[in-house]
Amino acid sequence: MLSRTADHLYWMSRYLERAETTARLLEVGARNALLPDLSGGYRNDWEAVLRAKGGYELFKEKYDEANQRNIGTFLFFDAENPSSVLSCINAARENARVVRTALTSPVWDAINTSYQDLKQLQRTERSKLSLNDLSEWTMRVCHLVRGAISATQLRNDGYSFIGLGTSIERADNTARLIDVKYYVLLPSVSYVGSGLDQSQWALLLQSMTAQRAFNWTYTGEITASKIAHLLILNRQFPRSLLSCVQWTCDHLDDIAAAYQMPTRAQDVAHQLLDDLSRAEVEDIFDEGLHEFLARFMARNAGLANTIQDVYLHGMPA
Amino acid sequence: MKFGVESEGEKMSANDTGIFNEMLSGDQVRAAYTNLEQWHRSMPAELRSLKQSEAEALFRRVGITFAVYGEGGDPERLIPFDMFPRVLTDPEWRRLDRGVRQRAAALNAFLCDVYDRREIIRAGRIPEHLVTNNEAYEKAVAGFRPPRGVFSHIVGVDLVRTGPDQFYVLEDNCRTPSGVSYMLQNREIMMRMFPQLFMENRIRPVDGYAGQLKKTLASVAPKKCQGEPRIAILTPGQFNSAYYEHSFLADLMGVELVEGQDLFVEGDFVWMKTTEGPKKVDVIYRRIDDAFLDPLCFRPDSMLGVPGLMDVYRSGGVTICSAPGAGVADDKAIYTYVPEMVRFYLGEEPVLENVPTWQCAKKDDCKYVLEHLDELVVKEVHGSGGYGMLVGPKADKSTLEAFEAKIRDRPENYIAQPTLSLSACPTFVEEGIAPRHVDLRPFCLVGESIELVPGGLTRVALKEGSLVVNSSQGGGVKDTWVLAE
Repeated sequence: MLSRTADHLYWMSRYLERAETTARLLEVGARNALLPDLSGGYRNDWEAVLRAKGGYELFKEKYDEANQRNIGTFLFFDAENPSSVLSCINAARENARVVRTALTSPVWDAINTSYQDLKQLQRTERSKLSLNDLSEWTMRVCHLVRGAISATQLRNDGYSFIGLGTSIERADNTARLIDVKYYVLLPSVSYVGSGLDQSQWALLLQSMTAQRAFNWTYTGEITASKIAHLLILNRQFPRSLLSCVQWTCDHLDDIAAAYQMPTRAQDVAHQLLDDLSRAEVEDIFDEGLHEFLARFMARNAGLANTIQDVYLHGMPA
Repeated sequence: MKFGVESEGEKMSANDTGIFNEMLSGDQVRAAYTNLEQWHRSMPAELRSLKQSEAEALFRRVGITFAVYGEGGDPERLIPFDMFPRVLTDPEWRRLDRGVRQRAAALNAFLCDVYDRREIIRAGRIPEHLVTNNEAYEKAVAGFRPPRGVFSHIVGVDLVRTGPDQFYVLEDNCRTPSGVSYMLQNREIMMRMFPQLFMENRIRPVDGYAGQLKKTLASVAPKKCQGEPRIAILTPGQFNSAYYEHSFLADLMGVELVEGQDLFVEGDFVWMKTTEGPKKVDVIYRRIDDAFLDPLCFRPDSMLGVPGLMDVYRSGGVTICSAPGAGVADDKAIYTYVPEMVRFYLGEEPVLENVPTWQCAKKDDCKYVLEHLDELVVKEVHGSGGYGMLVGPKADKSTLEAFEAKIRDRPENYIAQPTLSLSACPTFVEEGIAPRHVDLRPFCLVGESIELVPGGLTRVALKEGSLVVNSSQGGGVKDTWVLAE
């Protein structure tokens, strides 16, 4: 397959996944804002959301106040914010448009229709759109596209590159979502274990649609370590870091098998998988959750760069 | 200019204009159109507008949009689609078929000749300066004979009609004629929306085009190619107005759609960058202009092409379709000589006539043109897309004067033709149907054999009275039916 085609497929699914994460953050933020502000000691929750997404500086430049309305605009509609749902859906659709011929028509339809719907949403009065509606719409769109991919795409190398985009981006995004928790709590470490702490963890579960998954998998009360286990190390949970890395490895193995030629991308991926498989929740908290997540995101990004070098630039050494 | 056959008065008005309405013969609806005439009359207005929006939704969904150069606005605009089909009968088509194939063969023979022995010039049938001073003449390929001696693999011949039996060739397109995706999609959409029409009329299919195109391209693979040739379509990229067509054709043929950045030259071959490493490319159907093909050979600032491509081409490592330099045959000054080419190379009389043309480069012609400017259509020799054109009878005084000055300044840059009374086809308008002017572009394939699917792209000038059918200037398209015998 043409390297550029693979590149577009990969970025199409990365942007789609990113749109979904932004929508999830929007939801976390909206709900978080409903929690009582019991202390002046911790930061504005919206700010935490923005910091996790890396758009805080841009937001401060453009808007006066971090209120619900402004954040909603910034995270959903703002074309200048590269992570806004609008920017991500547009970018996903642009990537898809270039490689239309590598997609089935149901997949293209799903992406193109969301793009047209989004234009319609832009024209709708803001007072008629709740943040919940917007984030739910985004997730529905992402499910629809992924469903179409799963149901109709040929299981060839193109499918693997689409899958890689999703798994690489999702690993990064899950790590970022968990990290919101870190920003929210800082600097009051004393809140760990308090009632508020509990409700924030529960919120994190909600943002990943994981409440039921949690209840089915773990017994007893919600604790930080159980939730960390679910989101980082649980192989059954499809957004956990371990699941994502496993998925990345599977796709890379499929590609190596199809081309009958492994590359260093497979080595790097399996190394990451091995390390993560051996990790324990206690070690992660000992290291510091934020430090662990930062380290993971850096390695995941390194893996993404290797994939770019080996497959998507078309000139493997 | 509303018309119909419902009342005597309206019928008369259609005939009085002196414009040939392809649906009518005298007062009667022609047999080929009887069924369509009933179809449109029995269609309630609500159903019609429903179908029209359905068609638009289909076009938008499959992504057939059209970017208009330099106009801004929506880059993904739709070309208006008119649901009323244009019909050609079997005898009409047989003549066009013969004429188009003949023309395609002669144009290719001419190209082979002017880049080689130049017999037609030596025989004094075409003036040498028209060839050698032509901007489209590529010195870089002089003496090179492409595989099977084919320069122009896809020839788009633009035809207009002025009467029941009178067709004229308006121009030839030997480089990269576009629009074939509309021919295919218009049919697809009509079949989906009005299957009944296809049961009631014996309409010859056009969907063999992609297969024939692939066969044509494979048949001109270079000698160095062993085994199944790898074919790629070279596009300037997604921002090109015809990008949809490029990707559509790549998809139908199952070949790669590449940009210049996907290709590179190494050794004696052209390679494309794939996820499995470099793969050799044998035939390139390019949809970019000569000037952008190879920055080492042509425009050094081109980012669209492939450095070194021309060297590989000239040493027989890759075939470029259409061949660099093919444009010299479709220039408006050369156009006048195409009937001469048919006689010279094929020893036949041309089946299709040219529109009488005055060349301003010739003193007498120029004098005539300047004296009759308000009756004529004046075109730039190298222009295309309906730009830089004067329609004399429709122009106001200041426009005429401005054009006169331009012609006096650079006479060799202009040709002129009489304002033809173009035929019209029934077209849906607000209040029903009305005649609108049309042209026709069939797509002829030249490789091991010459192929022509029965049909083409009918463009229609949607504005009442307008003669300009170009999609860049508000023209629309129609499905074109060729009826089986």
